[in-house]
Amino acid sequence: MSDGLNVALKQTPLHALHVASGGRLVPFAGYDMPVQYKLGILKEHLHTRAAAGLFDVSHMGQLVLRGAGGGEALEKLVPADVLNLAEGRMRYGQFTNAAGGILDDFMISNCGDCLGLVVNAACKEADIAHLEANLPEGCTLEYLDSKALLALQGPKAAEVLAQHCDISFEGFPFMSFRETTVAGIAVTLSRSGYTGEDGFEISVEGDDAHLLAETLIGEGDVELIGLGARDSLRLEAGLCLYGHDINETTSPVEAGLSWSIGKRRREEGGFIGDETILRHLSEGTERKRVGLKPEGRALLRDHAVLSTVNGEQVGEITSGGFGPTLGGPLAMGYVRSDSAEVGTILNAELRGKSVVIEVVAMPAVPARFFRMKQ
Amino acid sequence: MSEMQFSEDHEWVVVDGDVATVGITNFAQEQLGDIVFVDLPDTGKTVTKSDEVAVVESVKAAAEVYTPLSGDIIETNDVLDSAPETVNSDPQAGAWFFKIKMSDPGELDGLMDAATYDVFASDEG
Repeated sequence: MSDGLNVALKQTPLHALHVASGGRLVPFAGYDMPVQYKLGILKEHLHTRAAAGLFDVSHMGQLVLRGAGGGEALEKLVPADVLNLAEGRMRYGQFTNAAGGILDDFMISNCGDCLGLVVNAACKEADIAHLEANLPEGCTLEYLDSKALLALQGPKAAEVLAQHCDISFEGFPFMSFRETTVAGIAVTLSRSGYTGEDGFEISVEGDDAHLLAETLIGEGDVELIGLGARDSLRLEAGLCLYGHDINETTSPVEAGLSWSIGKRRREEGGFIGDETILRHLSEGTERKRVGLKPEGRALLRDHAVLSTVNGEQVGEITSGGFGPTLGGPLAMGYVRSDSAEVGTILNAELRGKSVVIEVVAMPAVPARFFRMKQ
Repeated sequence: MSEMQFSEDHEWVVVDGDVATVGITNFAQEQLGDIVFVDLPDTGKTVTKSDEVAVVESVKAAAEVYTPLSGDIIETNDVLDSAPETVNSDPQAGAWFFKIKMSDPGELDGLMDAATYDVFASDEG
């Protein structure tokens, strides 16, 4: 890792904190990001599920769409139901292309007089260009370049925030957000995340990010968590990673994301790629994204070829790795639909040998999203 | 038992007669992070210096381990099957990978001593 390489990388507002905390920095989507800190990936992963993990995800793109017709314009680009998203609520969606594939995935929030989007770092410039090319007169798109985004995830996340924030966490539903203060610092706080645990994403001015992070880390239950554990956590949670499990060739239906396509949108279409996507919904798909569990302890990695027990190639792994909570190797991939049923036994190729692998339900680790008490 | 010697691929070697015990260095395990799986060679295998003989899997990536010596693999370390994390906690003793009956002990001359290796590793880090 030479200095010459790092000079070209962008830094988030928390860069100094990563360095001071012993973060091992690596290039990620053009940013210098911590893959782990001193605890290491395994311990950081386990800590998040046991207590609370703090992640810097400021490299992601925070966008704001304003002006009349913005929702309608956005609906032409995404299969999600944007117009019926209630104020103060958020949902998951994708930008699609003419072939019904996915350009990027995102979270969208309705802030009343605007729509907020959080998009992937690697795609944000393309997403901004795509939106700008498709917005009507009177609509503006702002990229909140100076803002930071932190994620606090885990069963103790709410308890930690409650020390510094006056709102009722009992009354704060999953997939909603509000403007509030944490330790006196103005934030947009959403109950959402990428780990399968209860947790929050905190949008804050870049200049306030370091103080906010230090305040949260000051609570004994919180540890800084790097991108390595972020990946193993989302893999166990069965969540897609753009560029791996979803890309321009995968439709949301093949990817098992039909639940994110609004009912009205299924009936009416009206978005790029609707012809293919609606056909996938009504007729089925030739392949499906599935969870996969290798037998034994060997890890299987991205692009490992999957075959039936008779040697017929039926798919490949798109995310392969290790699940620390599961205690063993874990993967996701695409397989031909007739081999996609949970319990199907397949073979994967590893270093010239065959490893037995089973199609398993996702998530591999039970989700613990917050549920309001009835 | 000889002094520990080191290869440029971050393996260590300790020799007893014509048998060398081989593992990966502390520097290597630090670079790799948490080890979750070790794929060891079969015993009885004949190998040539620089052959890939084992794979170490961390959460993030796989790394090849090359044999610094030619010969026959006579024993591999079962501990690494059940407790791969030993590579992180005890890389230069308990987490030996394999023992090799050397076919050409002259190859030892190409290895570094501890002081030379420390300089070499700190240049790489």
